[in-house]
Amino acid sequence: MSKFKKKGGGELPPISTASLPDIVFMLLFFFMVATVLRKNDLKVDNILPPANQTEKLDKTKTVYIYIGKPKAEFKGGRGTEANIQIGDKFVNITELKGAIFEEINKLRDELRSKVVVALKVDKGANTGIVNDVKKELREANLPKIIYITTQSESLK
Amino acid sequence: MAKRSAPEINAGSMADIAFLLLIFFLVTTTIDKDKGLIRQLPPPIDENAPPPPKIKDKNLFIVLVNRNNDLLVEGDRMELKNLKQAAIDFLDNGGAPQGGDIKYCDYCKGERNPRSSDNPDKAIISLTSDRLTDYDMYVAVQNELGAAYNTLRNRESERLFGWKYTEKAASLTQISSDAQKERIKEQLKQVRELFPFILTEAEAKQN
Repeated sequence: MSKFKKKGGGELPPISTASLPDIVFMLLFFFMVATVLRKNDLKVDNILPPANQTEKLDKTKTVYIYIGKPKAEFKGGRGTEANIQIGDKFVNITELKGAIFEEINKLRDELRSKVVVALKVDKGANTGIVNDVKKELREANLPKIIYITTQSESLK
Repeated sequence: MAKRSAPEINAGSMADIAFLLLIFFLVTTTIDKDKGLIRQLPPPIDENAPPPPKIKDKNLFIVLVNRNNDLLVEGDRMELKNLKQAAIDFLDNGGAPQGGDIKYCDYCKGERNPRSSDNPDKAIISLTSDRLTDYDMYVAVQNELGAAYNTLRNRESERLFGWKYTEKAASLTQISSDAQKERIKEQLKQVRELFPFILTEAEAKQN
């Protein structure tokens, strides 16, 4: 009789997978907290230009204006020139103020006075339409704007 | 009758369900990553406002971008990569003489050329773009002008407080103590006032 005989059977006990759901739930909660739901469906092309002197944006007090050429499926109604999109719909420059204040009204009350307008403009757009938008914003007394860009160290 | 214990429910599929939820959230959400150039628009035009004071030519730094994305700075063609240094030289000039009517800029390290800007708080950058200028060129110009200010502010904040203006401004949200936050905000403001960002914008007239 050997002294070193193994006790019981030689089989390894199966690894318990009972904690796997907990791990996955932890990941799930992390992503739920760290991300925001995608709000708007983009109807315009939106490739942002690069810049390297950027500052971070506080998303809670922001309304977005998207500018760019309409995507292929909207070309029929909106032409091929750069268009403005606020929320889920296209707006003309004359309707811009109304659409912006509609978006601002969705924000929390205490944030409405310090709202920042974020301009997400396609890099292929012209400055003309951006200047028109800025003129409207100036008249609407929304002076804080941010040109959303991508972060890059080297410029063209 | 023999007592039967309730059969244990198999929890093996729990992980699958959780994975399904996880993937759903990964697909429908975006990670907070918006960054950009913050700018302030001028207040609405007031009909009754008095006409603005005359600005001396030497205190104006004129930047023009035409429809072919060419850059014209103070009447000369310039490459984009030289714009930052040209703007720094202009802002940091401090041309006002000591003891004159206009405040002498004691922290400026520029050439003190009497034909360039008097003092950083008098120096104004004027940016004119054409309607047909490409937006990425416009942003690149704005970026370079911002870079000029940031370089000068970093220099001054390092001299006064020993940290970089841009880094401190970016990490401001991470500071939890209110008193410290207020103090740093005050210091940032102090640096900003040394080199206030004054940019006027106009659109080129169509002819």
